[in-house]
Amino acid sequence: MEKLSFTMKPSTPATGTRARAIVGVVASGNLEVLLERNLPANICIIDIATAAPGFAAVWEAVIEDFVTRRPAGGLHISINDGGARPDMVSLRLAQGVRLIEELEA
Amino acid sequence: MTSANSWYEAGARQRVAAMLDPGSFAEFIGPEQREISPHLAIFDLPEQFDDGIIVGHGTLEGRRILVAAQEGRFMGGAFGEVHGAKLTGLLRAARSLGEPVLILFDTGGVRLQEANAGELAIAEIMRALVEARMAGVQVLGLIGGRAGCYGGGSLIAGCCSALIVSEQGRISVSGPEVIETNKGVEEFDSRDRALVWRTMGGKHRYLIGGADAFADDDVLAFREAALIVLAGNGRLDADVLEAEQQRLEHRLHRFGEAHDAIDIWTDIGVSEPTEIPGLATDEFLRRITDKREKANGAR
Amino acid sequence: MELADILASLFPGGHEVAVMDNLISGSGIINAIKVHVIGIAGQSPLGCEGALILAGHVLEITRKGSAAPILVLIDSSSQRMSRRDELLGLSECLAHLAKTLLLAGAQGHRTIGLLYGGSAAGAFIATALATGTLVALPGAHPAVMDLPSMARVTKLPIEVLKAKAEKTPVFAPGLENLAQTGAIHAVWNPDQSLAEQFLALLAEQTGGDARDRLGEGRGGRPKAASIAQRVEKEASHA
Repeated sequence: MEKLSFTMKPSTPATGTRARAIVGVVASGNLEVLLERNLPANICIIDIATAAPGFAAVWEAVIEDFVTRRPAGGLHISINDGGARPDMVSLRLAQGVRLIEELEA
Repeated sequence: MTSANSWYEAGARQRVAAMLDPGSFAEFIGPEQREISPHLAIFDLPEQFDDGIIVGHGTLEGRRILVAAQEGRFMGGAFGEVHGAKLTGLLRAARSLGEPVLILFDTGGVRLQEANAGELAIAEIMRALVEARMAGVQVLGLIGGRAGCYGGGSLIAGCCSALIVSEQGRISVSGPEVIETNKGVEEFDSRDRALVWRTMGGKHRYLIGGADAFADDDVLAFREAALIVLAGNGRLDADVLEAEQQRLEHRLHRFGEAHDAIDIWTDIGVSEPTEIPGLATDEFLRRITDKREKANGAR
Repeated sequence: MELADILASLFPGGHEVAVMDNLISGSGIINAIKVHVIGIAGQSPLGCEGALILAGHVLEITRKGSAAPILVLIDSSSQRMSRRDELLGLSECLAHLAKTLLLAGAQGHRTIGLLYGGSAAGAFIATALATGTLVALPGAHPAVMDLPSMARVTKLPIEVLKAKAEKTPVFAPGLENLAQTGAIHAVWNPDQSLAEQFLALLAEQTGGDARDRLGEGRGGRPKAASIAQRVEKEASHA
């Protein structure tokens, strides 16, 4: 397993009030994303454990894109990756941000 | 074949959300606590924060209920040390609280990378389950996921007070590949999917009394079935086991010579038995009314 | 130890234990205590018929209303792997056997498993692991799955698996590994009277299922006991 960690400065803080959210599953070509709202609103930390080593640059690009386009400030995001493609990673991150924005049911 | 609310396609969290009253679910040892398997790192395998099972409580039509749901996509929903211990703890709680339990099975059995811990977890779960039932607690098993209910999972299912299955709900101790690997393709051709479905699938299990309710592959259909089954009684005592002994002996006596599920369905008196695998739920249930073997609580 | 030697050492005064089609049943007397015996011999697999025969014995014992101990002797392979057994509902038959043993335990019978040979997978769960206390004799060789099969499934070379097995008891076959996870209460000494060791075991107090705490203490299962306890606690306070 390769471990990566990125500390980002997103342009927008996450909305909503949920403390946390989880989406996805650890399987081949898939990943789980756990989002926890416990950081200052101008920071987003993303910790990754991936079964596919050697793709740090790709992760960085996907995450740059994510924090630019989505309101991710204040989130600590933890990822367990089963070897997902970048488009799947982007999808799960977007789903996670959407879920943590939702009102508590 | 699969609906928009397919049970088979849904993940464990989606199934729990659909099963319980909206917003009522609260998880025990949730993923944020990161109680991962301590053994997968030995194999350099990825971990999942909930170790592939969700346990918690909620309400079903206002009634408090405990629930466990396996995630069949993570390591085939297999039982490891943490995964199993979460279900053991839930069942021990059920006994002292006197609250019914739903187990949403989706498992290939014991997780090989922690086989000894997984095997023992199965035994602990069975003991906790039986002790809960002896105290009068109902424990329902719901089976219709992509991993089926295999190996040790099928033995746990065999301890439940009632089982709800869909056509996709395969229940078997040895999986098709295991039988083929050990006994040869002549004994079981695991690539013959029709053979797998009619030998281990939900329709066959329902027909021979191996399951108590048959549901469409739909999360709301499973919910409806659970509500009906929960109205019954799940107590386990000597009378129940005496009745189960008779029921299973009767089954071996009646169907012991059968070579194929079709032989059994013919013997039961189902009309056009070869059509059974292709029938939609309504037609299947209509066709077998008053014909199938029933457990009548003898499990 | 061979079955005949085990029975001789357990029941110096003689016994009425018979083996038919590799299924063991009967009884003997140790120090005026009647002990029922069931089990599997000859490293044979456990199928639907065998499971129901053994379950029938257990139900007959519990029906009598005494609290006599039940000794389960095990030298089996795995569950019988066949299309016919699965067609007939092997999972129900094996679970039924386990339930009869668990019920007997709850009704006051001490259920003691003695693993003296092999056992694996579903047969192990339905017999040995469904007893209240499981002991073993040296040379017993339980295996959830053998290493060659495990190598096939995990796609790892067997040498790699063997190297990993040196560092953890959690996956590899063997008596010592299962003992460390808490499955085996004690390993008996074959050079001493089995009758005396049986009586000593009977004298020990038993409570609930202590296997997870045993596995924690022995270092084979670091998390099971605490996880189960935490779930139980969270559920009770929810």
